[in-house]
Amino acid sequence: MLEIRFHGRGGQGTVLAAKILADAVLRQGGKQCLAIPEFGVERRGAPVTAYARVSDRPILERTRIHAPDALVVFDPTLYASDILTGLKPGGTVLTNGAEADAARLSERAPGFRFLAVPAGAIALELKLGSASSPIVNTAMCGAAAAVFGLSGLEALLECVREAVPVKAEANVEAARRAYAAAREALHAPA
Amino acid sequence: MKKVLSGNHAAAVAARLARVQVAAGYPITPATQVFEALAEMRAKGEFPGEFIAAESEHSVMAALLGAATAGARTFTATSSHGLAYMHELLHWVAGARLPVVMVDVNRALAAPWNLGTDQTDSLSQRDTGWMQTYCSNNQEVLDTVLMSFKIAERVMLPSMVVLDGFTLSHSYEPVDVPKQAEVDAFLPPFRPVLRLDPDQPMSFGSLTGPKDYLRLRRRMAADLAEAEDAIEEVGREFGELFGRPYGQLDAYRCEDAETVLVTSGAVGSTARAAVDALRERGLKAGNLRLRAFRPFPARALRAFVRPGTRLAVVDRNLSPGAGGIFASEIKAALYPRSGIAVHGYVTGLGGGDISVELLQEVWERVDAARGADPAPAVWAEDAR
Amino acid sequence: MPLLEGADKACPRVIVSERSMDENRTGNWRTLRPVIDSGKCTGCLICWKLCPEACVELTEKVPRIDMDYCKGCGICVSECPARCVDFVAESAA
Repeated sequence: MLEIRFHGRGGQGTVLAAKILADAVLRQGGKQCLAIPEFGVERRGAPVTAYARVSDRPILERTRIHAPDALVVFDPTLYASDILTGLKPGGTVLTNGAEADAARLSERAPGFRFLAVPAGAIALELKLGSASSPIVNTAMCGAAAAVFGLSGLEALLECVREAVPVKAEANVEAARRAYAAAREALHAPA
Repeated sequence: MKKVLSGNHAAAVAARLARVQVAAGYPITPATQVFEALAEMRAKGEFPGEFIAAESEHSVMAALLGAATAGARTFTATSSHGLAYMHELLHWVAGARLPVVMVDVNRALAAPWNLGTDQTDSLSQRDTGWMQTYCSNNQEVLDTVLMSFKIAERVMLPSMVVLDGFTLSHSYEPVDVPKQAEVDAFLPPFRPVLRLDPDQPMSFGSLTGPKDYLRLRRRMAADLAEAEDAIEEVGREFGELFGRPYGQLDAYRCEDAETVLVTSGAVGSTARAAVDALRERGLKAGNLRLRAFRPFPARALRAFVRPGTRLAVVDRNLSPGAGGIFASEIKAALYPRSGIAVHGYVTGLGGGDISVELLQEVWERVDAARGADPAPAVWAEDAR
Repeated sequence: MPLLEGADKACPRVIVSERSMDENRTGNWRTLRPVIDSGKCTGCLICWKLCPEACVELTEKVPRIDMDYCKGCGICVSECPARCVDFVAESAA
């Protein structure tokens, strides 16, 4: 079983992203996915956590994930708090940022594998959100689907199109570009 | 067809499939999404029922009391303080023998303020005459709402479908959504024998003396006892039609288990993973999940236990001054059977994780506690 | 001690009445009787509007109170703006 923890901020669509990924896993077929938002009140701008479990067998565990295999970080400013807590040694961190950010993070926190996808830049190019708060959730979905092998591109894009209330095509394009960027980052020499 | 649904959305989809005629609601976290989903379906023309946005939960249940008396199939959802505010009308609806179905999303009661899951809200309503069923995943939420209408309309008593706040209500997973025609074949329209009808005037709920009142309550008790059978029969029928059978109890790997975790709600799902982990270590663990709480499945429980069985009861609820509520009820149901130890664990109040690790520890402690006095509840929490 | 024996289902689930509420004549609850002074009545209909038993009838210019149902609550007595409803003891009426 793959256990992923998502870190974002209230209003960035972290919870919707977890739902889209669960949809994509179902559409792809073969695996199960349980997507869990953090329990309680969520406020715009405040740090938000969500969780997803992906497995070949039915998922029984219905709790928060304390020792994830991987993290998906929507907002790099969140590294100021202890978001790496509990991440398993050798765990993957998919982060919104440039390649140089991944290198810097690897130096600061050795023992984890950092992969950067420029979700913020992609969102801005496609006019999703504003410069101060780009809406990166669909781009991060694309990246996560590629990095963790959750679903193929087509299944993911259909799920994005169905799930987002506005700017469906821009969001689909964001997921497509991030999916490609993530595959590149994944296969780049370390 | 499988769709990714949250527990709240599964409940709303079930209400639509059940062809609910009157839904009333008042928002409260974490149950609000049930109405949001129903309102959205109504706006799209997918839910043709009446939708009443009431001014309080008390009014919600009063509205459903009227609608159900007029012969409508009725539905609502609430949580915590909202349920507490309905309390008076819960007695009315049960006493009036109206098969209202309500989803309660478990949430802790203040003070202090807390939004986490905790069963004390629904369990505080145990003496109202409502049936209560606890669900362990989102599929079961959808299925149980459908079954509850059938059971409630058979025994003419209201039914509460209970799911864990956030753990189920807000979590997304694939749910098999049955076709409308399949549901229609399972659940025929509600046709009460007596109903409020201007063409055939009748008065309901008039003043009653103690002799009639005693007999009416005896009838209610008898119908709740019949509901134990109804839950089994309707659960079997549901299984034949949809491939997912249900009963009052859900036993997992209990055949040769001497020490059994006893759980309810979503914890019953996590507990299966704990049992699997214990079994992998060569330990004879099992999990008994109580789906039904009212009527209390006393007959089924007595048939389940064997001399020497140790029950490790996990209560995410508290009756202050008495202990965990499931543990108390189980002890009462098994009295005076000797040789069966009931150990109560109070944990996870206010939304604390009841994890695979915690459940394994509870099981191991109870398995090792031979001859120990199991009377006082043990308080425990996840280490993280 | 009498025990409740026999079929518990012999008792119905609810007790309803199919008899008309017209039969429920509440006039015998009354100890004081409202009496309208037709000379002072302005026909404003306040008594008709406020009567909780709905037993003030508008068949004539001056309302008539149906004494088969009037419980003698006195709301008409205290609310009449013209003060034309007197409240008299039932035995003296």
